[in-house]
Amino acid sequence: MKKFGNFVANDNLNFEVYEGEIFGFLGANGAGKTTAIRILSGLSESTSGEVIVAGYNAKKQPEQIKKNIGYMCQKFSLYADLTVKENIMLYGGIYGMRKALIRERTDILLNKLNFREYGDRFISDLPLGLKQKLAFSVAVMHEPKIVFLDEPTGGVDPITRRQFWEMIYETAARDITVFVTTHYMDEAEYCDRISIMSEGKIVALDTPVELKKQYDAESVEEVFVKIARPGNTPHPTPISSRGEGE
Amino acid sequence: MKRFLGFVKKEFLHIFRDFRTLVILFGIPVVQILVFGFVVSTDLKNAPVAFLDLSNDEITQKVSDKICSSGFFRRGETLLNYNDIDKTFRKNKIKAVIIYEKDFGRKLISEGKASMSIITDGSEPNMATLITNYITAIVTDFNRELAGSQTTGKLMVQPEVRMFYNPSLKGHFMFVPGVITLILILICALMTSVTITREKEFGTMEVLLVSPLKPVQIILGKVMPYFLLSFINVIMILLLSWLVFGLPVKGSLVLLLAESMLYILMSLSLGILISTVSKTMQQAIFISFVGLMLPTILLSGFIFPIENMPSGYGWVAALMPPKYFIIIIKNIMIKGTGFLYVWKETLVLTVMASAFIWLSIRKFKIRLG
Amino acid sequence: MQKIIESSGISKKFGNTQALKDISFDVSEGEIFGFIGPDGAGKTTLFRIIATLLIPDEGKMEVLGLDSVSGFRELRKNIGYMPGRFSLYQDLSVEENLNFYATVFGTTVKENYDLISDIYSHIEPFRKRLAGKLSGGMKQKLALSCALIHKPGLLILDEPTTGVDAVSRAEFWGILRKLRQHNITIIVSTPYMDEAMKCDRVALIQEGYILSINQPEKIREGFSRKLFSIKAPEKYKLINALRSYPGTVTAYPFGDSVHVTFTDDKFNDSIYDYLGKMGISNVVISESRAGIEDRFLELMEKGTKA
Repeated sequence: MKKFGNFVANDNLNFEVYEGEIFGFLGANGAGKTTAIRILSGLSESTSGEVIVAGYNAKKQPEQIKKNIGYMCQKFSLYADLTVKENIMLYGGIYGMRKALIRERTDILLNKLNFREYGDRFISDLPLGLKQKLAFSVAVMHEPKIVFLDEPTGGVDPITRRQFWEMIYETAARDITVFVTTHYMDEAEYCDRISIMSEGKIVALDTPVELKKQYDAESVEEVFVKIARPGNTPHPTPISSRGEGE
Repeated sequence: MKRFLGFVKKEFLHIFRDFRTLVILFGIPVVQILVFGFVVSTDLKNAPVAFLDLSNDEITQKVSDKICSSGFFRRGETLLNYNDIDKTFRKNKIKAVIIYEKDFGRKLISEGKASMSIITDGSEPNMATLITNYITAIVTDFNRELAGSQTTGKLMVQPEVRMFYNPSLKGHFMFVPGVITLILILICALMTSVTITREKEFGTMEVLLVSPLKPVQIILGKVMPYFLLSFINVIMILLLSWLVFGLPVKGSLVLLLAESMLYILMSLSLGILISTVSKTMQQAIFISFVGLMLPTILLSGFIFPIENMPSGYGWVAALMPPKYFIIIIKNIMIKGTGFLYVWKETLVLTVMASAFIWLSIRKFKIRLG
Repeated sequence: MQKIIESSGISKKFGNTQALKDISFDVSEGEIFGFIGPDGAGKTTLFRIIATLLIPDEGKMEVLGLDSVSGFRELRKNIGYMPGRFSLYQDLSVEENLNFYATVFGTTVKENYDLISDIYSHIEPFRKRLAGKLSGGMKQKLALSCALIHKPGLLILDEPTTGVDAVSRAEFWGILRKLRQHNITIIVSTPYMDEAMKCDRVALIQEGYILSINQPEKIREGFSRKLFSIKAPEKYKLINALRSYPGTVTAYPFGDSVHVTFTDDKFNDSIYDYLGKMGISNVVISESRAGIEDRFLELMEKGTKA
């Protein structure tokens, strides 16, 4: 396997993710997941250490990194007031794809999702499950080397959820690395390897099966509760909470 | 009652926690008054002065030349009789009129003194004082020159301030009433609508609705703090314009404050009404700005005189509550007239306020959706 | 046992969208009753109807013995409601939030402190901190304290665990269990199937109608076939291969394995050969017990076929 990325935020945050791997990035609220993702996607710089994503140095070549990554999060991914096709065109354009290529990929994409009839519909009119699947397809349309997913299947129904994970498997089979952050532990069970972060450190990193064995647990959730329990300190900048004003 | 007070206390906490709100509440009025005050009325450069020279001799010419060559004034119209004075002032072309008495030069030589008058527009008190002071200084200078020459005698200056209160709403001296009108509608309508929609947006309204609080309590609780703060603001603006620009309230202060309360009430109910139709703070802000702020600035006669507007706009202006308040406040502050002169406008505002209050309580939903 | 909620034939439409369709259920005193379903299933709409915030188009909803439409004033004094977005004032401190809700509901923090002490003690050290500066788990606890402060007979929690990490979620469910000692009835909604097991009874809800209501164990038992869990290193290949295998009825990825049902509920060794030919080796097949999610999938499939 090819060494794909290397990430060092401090002495305790050291990990590698491989090509075509589905990597689960877990952590309690405020454990530092967001910071880590920002550094990985070239949005902010690490204070020390070396970060290599998709073969590029995050400090020296952030623009190259941005061209080679995809990103999808649960809350925002597509413009609700544009149609499906307009959204696809927009993202293709942002990533500098040629018009002809965008058109070709749009066709493939819509066919694959059985989306033909939805091409001219507004995103806001689509059911949640379809939106999620479409958002993911768009995020990997430019064939990035790695795609970051933030809680991708939160709140979708079980069938859609499985279709979504099959899409992720299919993407990984094309050698695109899938980097999933979530605090839903059953989502973690689907990953090839997972890391668990707590208070800025990675406290566990292995396959779900190994971790369960190691911690004598039935599920990743149990592992998580065993090792990621942070003290009762509130975190000044919560990573994910539903209140406003952050 | 305890519930209600708890609610009001919470509203005050919101206001005092939010630095931006405080700045809007108290910073903007101060800045506006100062900016308008100084920009509008203290720029004394080449101010046009008209002359009514009833003597028209060598000395009056000399004095006029000296005034006009000072750089502060320039020669405006030459008037022929007293009747022209009002007219030129109304046309708003000049800042002051200087009148030389008959036989000015002869009197100066034979009696040793001669009189001249300065008439300024009292609706811009700041400017009026400034002009009188400058001209007096120039004349004093002239007297000193006279003392050194053969001609003995002294020019007597009689400043006279006439009130051209500008009943046609022309001119820009209206900034104080305008600012009060604007600030009140801004604080009351904008702030109330924003604070209510904020609760909707953050989901706290759901719990308030589920609580035993009655809609009237919620509305009053939201309105009360802003009512108080707005009232403090009115007093602050009046004090500021009096202390800095020497603009007193000519009419009854009690009447002025009472009318302000009516207007505040009207604006607050308008704010609640806006909040019942907007789902987000953004919408509320947008409606307040486009629906209230701009019309107040543009259509209420604050800046642009209503009678210069195309007739259609005049009709729209007639629907704007600020228009009536500006009329009321100008009457009381500047003309010094009493309630008899503003009862019609007061009635219009009362009707508007009642309608808005009725509508907003009716439209305030006790449920979602 | 006394019925706390009795719902019969509740329907609600928004424009052309049928949000709820013929919802009937009842909740007994002291129960923890869960509504499990994805976003958009109608959970929030239903909870708002129970909380008197919406009026149903059809049907009758009785809560604490009162009609939720005509008796809303009386009812509002006796329910604790925690909406999907924690209704906290971000610019008020922990303490101020709690005091505010106490006053609004006509009580004091002191009066009902024993009820919330377990929960509130976690956040009390930070009582001067603004609510906006708390972590997700702490916000959740504060919002729960606020909803409980007037000792309501019914606690309505709309997705209290969404967006909160696993540690806080585990704690939260522990807290709910403890609340039963105070005889408070709780209805709670969640999109996460695994949380169903923590309720006394659950209703599976999807696209506005109820798929099934029962104790979670009974719901699992309702799974109509034998379920097999199949593992192999290359999951994506495995799923596709299993789908094409003639004996397969359903095959869904489930964490690190694939959950499969076969015709006649059994398989023979030919499956190993079949998978082997597709290039999949190291296959492990074991019989597995269906979970809530398996049953949900089965019910959804039936729904779409019907």
